[in-house]
Amino acid sequence: MLKQIEGSKAVAEAVSLCRPEVICAYPISPQTHIVEALGEMVKSGRLAPCEYINVESEFAAMSVSIGASAAGARAYTATASQGLLFMTEAVYNASGLGLPIVMTVANRAIGAPINIWNDHSDSLSQRDSGWMQLFAENNQEAVDLHIQAFRLAEELSMPIMVCMDGYILTHAFERVDIPVQEQVDAYLPSFEPRQVLDPSEPISIGAMVGPEAFMEVKYLAHAKQLQAIERIPQLASEFRNIFGRDSGGLVRTYRADDAETMVVAMGSVIGTIKDTVDEMRDEGHRIGVLTIVSYRPFPLEQVRGALLHCRRFLVLEKSLAVGMGGILATDVRMAVTGAGLKGYTAIAGLGGRPIFKSQLHQLFRQAEKDELPPVTFLDLDRDAVNRQLERERQTRRSGPVAENMLHDKGIVSAKFG
Amino acid sequence: MFQIRVHGRGGQGVVTAAEMLSIAAFEEGRHAQAFPSFGSERTGAPVVAFCRISDREIRSREPIVEADAVIIQDPTLLHQVPVFAGLKPDGYVLINSQHKIGELGIDEFAASRRVERFCSLPATELGVRHIGRPIPNMPLLAGFAALSGVIRLESVISAINSRFKGQVASGNISAAEEAYRLVKEASC
Amino acid sequence: MGFQTIKFYQTGTYTVGNRLLLPDQRSVQAGESRSNSINSGHRACQGCGEALGARYAIDAAMAESDNRLIAVNATGCLEVFSTPYPESSWQVPWIHSVFGNAPAVATGIAAAMKVKGKKDVRVVAQGGDGGTTDIGFGCLSGMFERNDDVLYICYDNEAYMNTGVQRSSATPPAARTATTMPVGPEPGNPFGQGKNLPEIAMAHGIPYVATATVADLRDLEYKVKKAMKMHGARYIHLFVPCPLGWGTASSDTIRIARLAKESGLFPVFEAEHGEITGVLKIRRKVGVEEYLMPQKRFAHLFGSHSHPEMVIRIQEIADRNIRKYGLLDEEAA
Repeated sequence: MLKQIEGSKAVAEAVSLCRPEVICAYPISPQTHIVEALGEMVKSGRLAPCEYINVESEFAAMSVSIGASAAGARAYTATASQGLLFMTEAVYNASGLGLPIVMTVANRAIGAPINIWNDHSDSLSQRDSGWMQLFAENNQEAVDLHIQAFRLAEELSMPIMVCMDGYILTHAFERVDIPVQEQVDAYLPSFEPRQVLDPSEPISIGAMVGPEAFMEVKYLAHAKQLQAIERIPQLASEFRNIFGRDSGGLVRTYRADDAETMVVAMGSVIGTIKDTVDEMRDEGHRIGVLTIVSYRPFPLEQVRGALLHCRRFLVLEKSLAVGMGGILATDVRMAVTGAGLKGYTAIAGLGGRPIFKSQLHQLFRQAEKDELPPVTFLDLDRDAVNRQLERERQTRRSGPVAENMLHDKGIVSAKFG
Repeated sequence: MFQIRVHGRGGQGVVTAAEMLSIAAFEEGRHAQAFPSFGSERTGAPVVAFCRISDREIRSREPIVEADAVIIQDPTLLHQVPVFAGLKPDGYVLINSQHKIGELGIDEFAASRRVERFCSLPATELGVRHIGRPIPNMPLLAGFAALSGVIRLESVISAINSRFKGQVASGNISAAEEAYRLVKEASC
Repeated sequence: MGFQTIKFYQTGTYTVGNRLLLPDQRSVQAGESRSNSINSGHRACQGCGEALGARYAIDAAMAESDNRLIAVNATGCLEVFSTPYPESSWQVPWIHSVFGNAPAVATGIAAAMKVKGKKDVRVVAQGGDGGTTDIGFGCLSGMFERNDDVLYICYDNEAYMNTGVQRSSATPPAARTATTMPVGPEPGNPFGQGKNLPEIAMAHGIPYVATATVADLRDLEYKVKKAMKMHGARYIHLFVPCPLGWGTASSDTIRIARLAKESGLFPVFEAEHGEITGVLKIRRKVGVEEYLMPQKRFAHLFGSHSHPEMVIRIQEIADRNIRKYGLLDEEAA
C-alpha cells in the first residue's frame, strides 16, 4: 500500500511484517523513531507475539539479541554511530556465533567532535566484523532490504546490517509502498535455526576454539559471504516476483552504457548523483553511475564488470580512512586491479555536510578532464585547516581543535544548508 | 519540481508542516519529499524544514537552496536568519504575522519581487482561536494552498485528518479553512 | 526463615551426613537423579571452589526446573575450564558470548522462551566476580532493573583468576593480587574500596538475593531451589575460594570458605524484595587471623614485616558485618 510516510516509520512497518520475536531498543539518534514505532506496535498488541526490551545500552541491545537468536527467536535491533561502536564487541560475537540478527544502522558520523549527522563512518568501521552490510538508496529500498535481509541472514546463519542514511532517509517523508503481510509471509519463511539452546537437546555454544580450527571457522564466515554474493541477486529476483519491484541486489548501474566516466557511491547520495548525471547527459557528457548496494560482501566481480568499459571512475564516499584516503575507494580499486582505469576518490558529506548538485557538477567535470588529485575532499575549507595548523605551530596550548575551526569559519551555530 | 522551505522555531511544528505538506501533495497523487534540517535544536531555536513536490520521482537529497516558496512561521526570524536565501525571483512568501507585508521591514527585498506573491497571515491567532494552542502550521499550509495554488485546501484537510483526530483535527480544519479564505480575500 | 531444619554439628567437618536424613531431605547431589550438569573431565584446578559451587548450583537449578534449564556463562575460569570445543562439560544447553554481557544474553534467552510460550524453560546466568561486579555490572543492573526472569549466580573468588589473579572490585582490602602487590607502606589492595554487590542487588528491589559459600552446600542448594521457585530477577552471590589465586591448600577450600563465614567477613544471608529475610548465624566465632593466615595472599600481614594495624582494620570490617547483619547468636558469642 502506497503511503507518504517517514523513513523510520516505514522501516518499522517492514520489520513488523517480518514478524520479529525479540526487539531490543536503546535510544540513539537518528534510529530512535524506528524502535519507538516498533515499541508502540508491540505495546498495542499489533505486533505479537513479540518481546520488546528497553535495554540499558547498545552493548546490551546486541547481547540480548544474541541470547534471543541463540534461543531460536528472530531478533532485531537498530543503532547508529557511537551506539554501534559501544556494541562492537558483541557485534563481532554475533557473527562469530553465526546468529542471523538483523540490525538497522541509521548511518551517522562518529565523534569526537560529537556530531549527530549522517555519514558512513559507523557501519564502515564494522567492515570486518563478519556482518553483511546492505545500503539503501531511498526509503523504499530501506523497507525492501529489511525483508530481504531477514531471509538472507537466516538462510546463511549470518547477521546483516541494513544501512540507511541517518536523517536524510530516517527522517524523510516520502512515498513508500508498504508490503502486505501475505507478500512478506510468502517471501520470508519462519526462522529455522541451525543451532538452538534447547533443554531437550543440550549443546554448548560459544566455547573456546584454539589455533587448530580458528582459521577454518573464520574462513567459513568468509565463505558464507561469498555464498551471499550468489544469493543476493537471486533473492532480489524472487523479491521482484512477489513484490513487483526491483530492490536490493549487489550493484546497480545507471546510464552506464557508453559512459566514459563512472561515479561510484552508496546510499542516499545516489539520488542527487543521478539527477546531476541526468543533467550532464542532457549536455552530452558520457557519464554514468554505479551504485553499491552490498558493501559486505563486496561484489568485486560485479564492480569490475560494471567499470571495465569506462575510462575513469570516481568514488564518492561519505567516509574517510584517516591517514590513507577512501574506504570504499580502496575496495573499488581492488576490483579493477590491472584494468588500467584512472581512479579518483572524493570524500564528501562527512558529519552531515550537505552535498549539492552544483558541487557534483563541478566535481564530475573535473574528473572527466582528469584534473582531480587521487583523493579530493568536497567542500573542504582548507583555509580553516591551514589556520589551525599555523596556530599549532605558533602556540603549544592551541586549545580545542573543533572550537577553533568554528571560530575561524565565523559560524555561530549549525547552519541549515 | 516545486521546492518549499519552512522556517520557524523549535516547538512551532515546522517539521510537521513540511511533512503535512508532503502528505497533502501525496493525497493529490503527486510525489513529495519532506525532510527537516537535521538539527539537535531545542524549543525556541531556529529550525528549517524542506518539502519538494513533483510529478516525477524525487531523487535529490540536497537541502533546498533555490526555493519556489518560503513559509515563515515566526516573523522574528526575518532579520535573524537568511530566510529568503535562494528564493527564486518569482517565488512565494507566506509570513505568519498580524501585520501587513509592508509593515514587516522587508520592503527592500520585496521591491524586486512579485509582491502579489507575498502574503502575511495571522496564523498563530487562528491557531489559538480554533485549536486552543498557538500552533500556526496548519493554517499556514492552507494559506500556502490559497496563495500558490500548488496544493488544494481539500488535500490539506485530508492530510490533517490522516494525522490528527477529534477536536485537534476539527480545530485545525476550521483554522485551515479560515486561513484559506483570509488569503484568498486578502489584498496582502 | 526456611533454613535447615535438622542441625547436625559434627566435630571437625560440620558436614551433614546424608545417610542420616530421610530421602526427601537429602541433597540434590546425593540423589541418583542429579543431572551432573557440569560433568567430570573439566579442567578446573584441584580444590576449585567455583567448580564445586557451580556443580551444586546448576544441579539444584536443574532439579528444581525439571531439567528444563538454559545456562549462560560470562568469560572466565568457569567458561574456560569447562570447555574448549570439541569438549564440553556442560550437560545443559549452554552459551558463552563475551565477558561483560552474560546477564543481557540471559535476558534475550528468557525473552525468546516467553515469546515462544516455553514457560517451563528457565534461565541461569553465571559469571565470576570480575564478570559480575566489574565488566558485566551495567548489563547486570539492567537485567535486575527490568526484573527479567533470570537467576544470576556470581562465583566470587575475589579477583580475576582466569587472567592471572588481578584485582577486581570484589577483592578484599590488603589482599595481594598481581595488580595490588604487597609492597609499600600499605601493601595489597587498598582499604575503603570495592562494591557490595548483594546489597546493590537488593537496592534494585528484585524478588530474591542471597549469599552463600561452598562451606554450606546444603544452604546453597536450598537457596538455588528457592530462587528457582520464584520468577523475575534473582541473584545469588556465592563465595568460592581459589587455591591458586589465594595461595591456599587445595584441601582447604571448604575450610577457608567456612572461616570466611565464621569470622563475619563474608555474611551469609538472604533477602526478598530488598529486605533481609534470613541470616546464617556464626556457629563458632573466629578472629579474622584464623581466616587470613592460611592464605598466601595475606601473608604480608604476618611474619617478620607484619602489619597488625591492617589485621585490626580487617577485624573491624568483620565486626561491622556481625553487627549489621546480626550474625552472632548469644550462645555462639
